[in-house]
Amino acid sequence: MPTDCLIEIQNLTFYRGERKIFDDLSLTIPRGQVTAIMGPSGTGKTTLLKLIAGQLKPHAGRILVEGQDVHQLSRTALYQLRQRMGMLFQTGALLTDLTVFENVAFPLREHFKLAEPLLRTLVLMKLEAVGLRGAFDLMPAELSGGMARRVALARASVLDPKMVFYDEPFVGQDPITMGVLVDLIRKLNTSLDLSSILVSHDVNEVLSIADFACVLSEGKIVAQGTAQDLLNSDSEYVRQFIQGLPDGPVPLHYPVKPWADEWSTP
Amino acid sequence: MIFLRYLGSSSLEVLQALGKLAFFVFSVFPALPYSVWRFRLLLKQIYFTGVLSLPIILTAGLFVGMVLGLQGHNILTSFNAEEAVGTMTALSLIRELGPVVAALLFAGRAGSALTAEVGLMKSTEQLSALEMMAVDPMKFVVAPRLLACIITLPMLAMIFIAMGIFGGYLVAVGWLGLDEGAFWAHMNDQVDWHEDVINGLIKAIAFAVLIAIISLYQGYESVPTSEGVSRATTRTVVHASLGVLGLDFILTALMFT
Ligand SMILES: Nc1ncnc2c1ncn2[C@@H]1O[C@H](COP(=O)(O)OP(=O)(O)OP(=O)(O)O)[C@@H](O)[C@H]1O
Ligand SMILES: [Mg+2]
Repeated sequence: MPTDCLIEIQNLTFYRGERKIFDDLSLTIPRGQVTAIMGPSGTGKTTLLKLIAGQLKPHAGRILVEGQDVHQLSRTALYQLRQRMGMLFQTGALLTDLTVFENVAFPLREHFKLAEPLLRTLVLMKLEAVGLRGAFDLMPAELSGGMARRVALARASVLDPKMVFYDEPFVGQDPITMGVLVDLIRKLNTSLDLSSILVSHDVNEVLSIADFACVLSEGKIVAQGTAQDLLNSDSEYVRQFIQGLPDGPVPLHYPVKPWADEWSTP
Repeated sequence: MIFLRYLGSSSLEVLQALGKLAFFVFSVFPALPYSVWRFRLLLKQIYFTGVLSLPIILTAGLFVGMVLGLQGHNILTSFNAEEAVGTMTALSLIRELGPVVAALLFAGRAGSALTAEVGLMKSTEQLSALEMMAVDPMKFVVAPRLLACIITLPMLAMIFIAMGIFGGYLVAVGWLGLDEGAFWAHMNDQVDWHEDVINGLIKAIAFAVLIAIISLYQGYESVPTSEGVSRATTRTVVHASLGVLGLDFILTALMFT
C-alpha cells in the first residue's frame, strides 16, 4: 500500500450535464510507482486525468497533487505544476502545423533556452526511444494513429516531468511496439524516478507493469490493490472485468431507460 | 408559458455568452505584448491573414473604384460638376467604402479561416495539450492572431482605397475622357489628412479588433465537433459582418457630425 502519496483525491464529485461521472470518489496515488486506472469505456478515466491536471473543476471534493489543492492554485502556480506533469492524450493531440521534431522540441523551446545542438540531441534521443527517430521531419498528418501516439509519448516525457499521465498508450499499437512501450514506461518510471498514472483497457499489459491498480465503475472505485490482489480478487465484478466476460455485474451500456419507455414516449 | 420560458432561457444564454466574451477579451489583451515578442509566430499570422487576402482586396478595390468613377461621372455631369469625380471617389473610399468593404471581405476571407483553425485546434485537443505543456493558448494561439489582424486590416484597407482611386481614375480619365489635372487637383484640395485619412484608419483598426475578437472567440468557444466548428464559422461571418456595419454607423456618427 502507498507509503508516500503523490496525488490524493478526496470525495470527488463531478457532473457532465445531468450525468454524475464521479460520485464521492476518494483515491490515493502513490509516488514513484506505476498506477493503473482501469474501467469500462465511458466511465470517466480521461475525465479523471483532466480533473487531476486542473483542466476541469470538480463540483465537490478536492484533488491534492504534491500536497497542493490543484483547483485553488493561481494560474502561475498551476502552470508551474504542469511543467512537472507530462500528459499523453488519448488522441495524441500533436500540434498539426509543426513537424514531429518540432512537436517534441516544443515544450523545451517554450520553457528553456537550450543551445540548438543540445536540444537536437535531446529530442532525437526521445524519438529514438519510441522508435521514430527516422520520422523526425514528417508532419503529424503523415503519421499513423499509433505513430502519432508514440510521438506524443516522446513529447510528454521530454521535460523530464515528475509525473506522467498516459491515456491509453497501447491503443492501435502492434504487439511488438506494445511490448516496447510497456518496457519504456516501466524504464522511464525507474530510471527517471517518475510516478506514472496509466489509463488503459489492456488488462494484461497493465497488470504486468502496474505496481498498483484500481478499477473504476459508475463513478466509484470498485477495486484497488496490487496486480496480484486484482487477479486473485474474489469480487465477481473485478473477475468479469479482468477476464472480459460479457455477462456479469459490469454494465456495458451507457445509462438508458428501460426498453418499454422507449416505445411509450414519443 | 412555453414562450415565456423560452424567452427567459434564451436571454440567459445571451447574457452568459456576453460574459464569456468579456472574459475572453480581458484575458487576450494582457497577452498581446507577448505576441510582439514572438516575432516568428506573428509574422506567420500576418502572412496568413494579410498577404493571402491581397488578391481579393486588390480585385475588389479596383472594381469598386471603377463603379464609383462611372456612377460619379453620370451623376455629377448632370450638375456640370464632373471635375469632382476624383473627390467623390476618393472621399467615399477613404471615409466609408475602403474600411467597410475591406473589413467585410476580411471577415469572410480571414475571419472564417481563423475560426475554423482555432476550432479545429480545440476539437483535436491541441489547445488542451498546450495547457498541459504549461503554455497559455491565449498567448500562443489567440494573441498573435489578434495582433496580426490589427496590423494587416488597416494596411489592406489602405491598399483597397489606393486601388479604388486608381480604378476611378481609369474609368473617369482613361475611358470617359475627364481632364487628368482636374481629377487629381480637386482630390488634393478636398481630402483632408486628419479629417478623412486618419478617421478612415481608425475605422479600419476598430473593425480589425472587432473581427479578430469575434472570430477567435467563436473558434475558442466552438463545440468541438465538425458540425460545431462549421456553425461557429458561419456565425463568425454573420456576426462580424453585421458588427462591422453597425460599428461603422456609430463611428461615422461620432466622427463626421
Ligand atoms: N465534453 C464532454 N461533454 C459532455 N460529456 C462528456 C464530455 N466528455 C466526456 N463526456 C462524458 O463523460 C463520460 C466519461 O468520459 P471519458 O472520456 O472520461 O471516458 P473514458 O473513461 O476515458 O472512456 P474511454 O475509455 O472510452 O476513453 C462519458 O460517458 C462521456 O459521455
Ligand atoms: Mg478516455
